[in-house]
Amino acid sequence: MKISRRNFLKGAVAAGGASLLGEPAKANENFEGYPDAYGCLTDLTRCIGCRSCEEACNKANGLPPPEKPFDDESVLEKKRRTSAGAYTVVNKYPDGKGGTVFRKTQCNHCNEPACASACLVKAYTKTPEGAVVYNPDICLGCRYCMVACPFGVPAYEYHNARSPRIRKCQMCYDRIKQGGVPACVEACPMETLTFGKRSALIKIARERIAKNPERYIDHIYGENEVGGTSWMYISGVPFEQVGLDPDLGRTPYPELTRGFLSAVPLVLVIWPALLGGFYLFSGNRDEEQAKKGSAREENRK
Amino acid sequence: MTQEIAKLNKYAPGTSWINEKIFMGLSLRSYLKELLTPFNIIAGMILLAGLPLIILRYVSGLGAVTAASDDQPFGLFLGWGLFSGVPMASTGFIMATAVYLFGLKKYKPLVRPAVLTGFIGYFFAVIFLLIDLGQPWRLPNPMFRSFGTGSVLFLVAWHVALYLSVQLLEFSPAIFEWLEARRLQRWAIGLTIGATIFGVILSTLHQSALGALFLLAPGKLHPLWYSPYLPVLFFVSAIFCGLSVIIIEAMVIYRFLPQRVAPENFKVIDNLTLGLGKAAAFTMLTYFCLKFVAVAHGDSWKYLGTSYGSLFLLEVFGFVLFPCFLFLSGVRKQNPALVRLAALITVPGVVLNRLAISLFALNWKLSEREFFNPKEYMVAVTVITIEILAYRWVVNRMPVHRGGPATMAGH
Repeated sequence: MKISRRNFLKGAVAAGGASLLGEPAKANENFEGYPDAYGCLTDLTRCIGCRSCEEACNKANGLPPPEKPFDDESVLEKKRRTSAGAYTVVNKYPDGKGGTVFRKTQCNHCNEPACASACLVKAYTKTPEGAVVYNPDICLGCRYCMVACPFGVPAYEYHNARSPRIRKCQMCYDRIKQGGVPACVEACPMETLTFGKRSALIKIARERIAKNPERYIDHIYGENEVGGTSWMYISGVPFEQVGLDPDLGRTPYPELTRGFLSAVPLVLVIWPALLGGFYLFSGNRDEEQAKKGSAREENRK
Repeated sequence: MTQEIAKLNKYAPGTSWINEKIFMGLSLRSYLKELLTPFNIIAGMILLAGLPLIILRYVSGLGAVTAASDDQPFGLFLGWGLFSGVPMASTGFIMATAVYLFGLKKYKPLVRPAVLTGFIGYFFAVIFLLIDLGQPWRLPNPMFRSFGTGSVLFLVAWHVALYLSVQLLEFSPAIFEWLEARRLQRWAIGLTIGATIFGVILSTLHQSALGALFLLAPGKLHPLWYSPYLPVLFFVSAIFCGLSVIIIEAMVIYRFLPQRVAPENFKVIDNLTLGLGKAAAFTMLTYFCLKFVAVAHGDSWKYLGTSYGSLFLLEVFGFVLFPCFLFLSGVRKQNPALVRLAALITVPGVVLNRLAISLFALNWKLSEREFFNPKEYMVAVTVITIEILAYRWVVNRMPVHRGGPATMAGH
């Protein structure tokens, strides 16, 4: 890495000015997501918990082999979360009617991602294709993105000493850029996962709910949550029963710190004037000046 | 060269610059003998146990020494080292503002100790960061390579770096005095007012920014602690935390290193302690009201009956309102001992608050959580020990609690 003077100055200006502009991830207040962004719709009523998606994800991303094979159903007895070795996991929940329901977890690829607005080196990018991708080459490993993510998705390589990275689903970005679909979507035998333009997926979800009102809860999780996500869910049981927080609200997360960041320039402008004023008023200055004067006299002698 | 020889000649025969400046005027042998104190032996044992763990962290990764996990990404290194360490190090900006900007001259004996405490506090906050960050050698990235301007953490990184430099500048007159570099000292003193104002701006912003970091965790941080007022709460609590640290620091140094303190300071320290206590009580009362407003604003009353509520009430009543009254009563009775006791309760209270926000009350909805890894605590204790040793090293050598030569007495 070369640090040029120009770069340094750029940084200094960015730091001071940074905050002057307080430019969160997607600064536009009315940003509604990229119009042509892709997304994925998970229909929980179709999932049978076969974990084919986990296996496909593992292969597509070259992740380490799992402790227990992917067809071992005993894995489902314990709640799991995404980890450095698994970008997606399927969990089993009681459906409240004596049966079970499964939900696949992975990065939800928010329209205005909390992780991106948390990152101090812009390691995260919300691409126009909809994927939120992570750049391990500039990441410091501060893990603030993990604190910020409302879904608790990013995982970290705690046992990697030399180049620990954040690990999370990238929506198989390389595949979708070439017109493909994510590996998990391709692998699903039940058509639980539908990949497509986000706007089209919302229409599909609405249609399914309208056609089978007795089968679905009348809500698309992710349509508006935290400002909308690319990965969305429809379900036959209330979302909190399958571990999706119903209280996240519709506010995009970058909004949450915007107020603070916009107060920063006020402090930068007002404080010097105010404190300088106190200094002048305090009479401290006169004495200092007098002291300087007498010191000069002494020097002359 | 001739200058250096002239310099060397200033010292007593048989002693050199190193004897004078580093060994505190002793020969190497008697200096080493002096070092064999019970305190140093305990400190040495802590380092022997802890330093290998720090090496382990760099050899086997963070996971080898912390309880931090995917669910609980911030551990003790940040909870203690950064989130508690930075408010404890607010001492420098508080005393410099009081004395240089507000003209409260009588507190001058406490400015240098406060600035030194601040500098060392920030320096070791960065040390904790270097231990905690996955790739600490990439710390220059937010400075030079990639600017996450929409991130509160970006602001924190820049401000902590800038403020660390400003505090070194603010303390440099003492260093130059120690090195007998008069011209440099005069130059550094000339920058005092500018550095102080810049320091206050930076402190205001990053103390509050540490709170603003958690604005991004509304679903994770317990409602009793989550509040849009977090930045203000962090800033105000940093003030009384810093005031209390100054009281404690003076208490410890005046008690255990009296030979490093100017004799005339002993006459005024009780009075100054009372003054600091008054200021602390006032800011704590403000903080208590703000806490009340925050709970009311979030309408979080219903959580007060839960176990998190008990922790919250303990923090707000036991560690804020109670020491606040102790401060007030100490001031009214003109009893500095009471004020010192209040300070000793106040600082752990702020630490409790920061640990609650960065550890205990974060991810409160998750059922199984782990906070404790003995190795993590050992590393933290080791770094704190080095911090204390570094502080003592400086106080023993540089004019911190002593005024400088007559011409410098004004500063």
